[in-house]
Amino acid sequence: MIVAARAILRKDLLIELRTKESVPAMTLFTLTVYVLFHFGLDRDSLDGELASGVLWVTLLLAAVIGVSRLFAAEREQGGIEGLLLAPVDRTALFVAKAASLFVMLVMVELVALPAFGLLLLGPGLGGALPELVAILALANLGVAAVGALVAALAAETRARELIVPLLLLPLLVPLLIACAQASEPFLRQDQGPEDLGRWLGLLTLYDVVFVLLSVAVFDYLLED
Amino acid sequence: MYSKGLKPLAVATVASLAAAMALVFFYAPLDADQGFVQKIFYVHVPLAIVALGGFVAGGVMAVRHLRSGDPSWDVRSYVAIHLSIILGVGVLATGSIWAKASWGHWWLWDEPVLVSFLVVFLLYCVYYPLRFSIEDPERQARYSSVFAITAGAFVPLNFAAVRLAQEFTHPRVLDQTGGSLPGEMRLTFLVSLLAMALLFVTLWKLELTAKHAAMQLKKLRRRLDARVAA
Amino acid sequence: MAAIELDGLERRYGERVALAGVSVRVKEGQTLAVLGGNGAGKTTLLRVLAGLLRPHGGRARVLGAELPDERWKLPGSIGYLGHEPLLYRELSGRENLAYHARLHGVAPARVDALLDAVGMAQRAGDPVRELSRGMVQRLAVARAVLHEPALLLLDEPRANLDPAAAERLEPLIGRASGRTRVLVSHDVEGTMAESDVILRLKRGRPAAEDEELYR
Repeated sequence: MIVAARAILRKDLLIELRTKESVPAMTLFTLTVYVLFHFGLDRDSLDGELASGVLWVTLLLAAVIGVSRLFAAEREQGGIEGLLLAPVDRTALFVAKAASLFVMLVMVELVALPAFGLLLLGPGLGGALPELVAILALANLGVAAVGALVAALAAETRARELIVPLLLLPLLVPLLIACAQASEPFLRQDQGPEDLGRWLGLLTLYDVVFVLLSVAVFDYLLED
Repeated sequence: MYSKGLKPLAVATVASLAAAMALVFFYAPLDADQGFVQKIFYVHVPLAIVALGGFVAGGVMAVRHLRSGDPSWDVRSYVAIHLSIILGVGVLATGSIWAKASWGHWWLWDEPVLVSFLVVFLLYCVYYPLRFSIEDPERQARYSSVFAITAGAFVPLNFAAVRLAQEFTHPRVLDQTGGSLPGEMRLTFLVSLLAMALLFVTLWKLELTAKHAAMQLKKLRRRLDARVAA
Repeated sequence: MAAIELDGLERRYGERVALAGVSVRVKEGQTLAVLGGNGAGKTTLLRVLAGLLRPHGGRARVLGAELPDERWKLPGSIGYLGHEPLLYRELSGRENLAYHARLHGVAPARVDALLDAVGMAQRAGDPVRELSRGMVQRLAVARAVLHEPALLLLDEPRANLDPAAAERLEPLIGRASGRTRVLVSHDVEGTMAESDVILRLKRGRPAAEDEELYR
């Protein structure tokens, strides 16, 4: 299973490297959304709850783009049959796609986070970095798992571009709550950890539930 | 097959609905602060509980569908979810009316049950477009079941998250839904809950019976067409 | 042993019948020709045999696996050459084959051997989107036989190939390969010449010997 998952992941990353379609688009999107928020809120700098909210909503919206494109290569080029005809566990496919999404999110965040610090964040990012990275890691895991599941669910439908955001975003609400609450203290002028444990706990629970659920259910998708 | 027990069920539903209404109007005490409008609580909360129960039941039936491959479980799941969505509209509407009448706002963000219900409702609304954008009936059923299970698992997680957030940011807690109801209110509430639950089950069975009949008709028609073609 | 046994196979698409009453027996090593006009259900039949679609009625046994319940046994034993080459256009021929090799647990050396066999060794490093249709078809053939499948399902295998290329591929997918094959082609005479069993389809159902297929 691991061999197959690695092969699929490698293929996906190779294609993304060549086409440079998803990651640049997602990154550009986050920057654009920052600008929108600047104009929409009419603020030069944000901190605390507002900063936290803007950051996470932006990242989640960018994730929607990534999820929509997750099976694009299969649909447009290689064909999902190539995978269905191989003696490969569906779980391997899930792991590969989730890992692919995880990697893409990390790439996006490498730019989006500093950009946020530069453009919109009042207090500096510096002191809070390790904690934010921890939150991001757990968040990316959750988004990757749910995103892969939603991508597969929507893969065969005609109304794919509509279904993905409508399905993904409500499912991400608990994750958003946990992340926003967790990072809020770190984006304030007077930084300090408050209740980080509780929110990380919720995030972990969310991740565990959705990883297990997706793995269990993935077998029933993408076949006929 | 589905219509077994439908008549006594329907009778029980009507009876309990009548009993509930009687209790609500004549038995339950009038709330000191909110007055008569508080009584919408006896509709709103039972509706919410039954709707959520319906969503979770839909998820459980979906699990049975995937494991057995029997399409009748998918139909049961679909009807349960479909009815719960309709009830959901009622929940949001009654919740909103109650909020307006009691606190002057059409919506309350610090009411965790209402807020998480909104998220759940928005999620389940996607059930229809997802389901009906898949043409192959077998795949449609399978994907719908996957959705039902995912969404069903999501419901408790979402409530936990929203509640946690509320505790943190809005310490005021609405207490009417707590367990601390005085006797008369509790009785009225429980009878209402029973009535709503029975109503749900009756409607569920009713719709299943109708769908089953329609499917039988389609099958017969298909067989007739095959005979004619041969 | 029968490689393929179909008895009254049925496959619907919603209300429409795609296949009905299809029965045929193909022994190991034999070639089955599926003839029929457009929309007759030839591609559907191939996909059912590949395990990609599940039968809705009748009995089907492919390579000893009962469909649909034992479909999971099939992957790895089927070489499928359909309308789509199933190749990623942004990757090179070699990368595509290497990917499929990893999925099937095939030794990497075989990739190079096959690239040679289909005559694509020179252009193996070029992205598929830069290749001509004939070259893509050759790569698709390589992909289909990479894992030495027991059953070959070929939908217009010689499409876009010049006679020289087609001949080159004979040992891989032709009668000479010795594999059980199901062949779909519009070249009726050529196909019938290399087949042992013939199945004629009209609108999803088996057609009589003298029935006109292509109206």
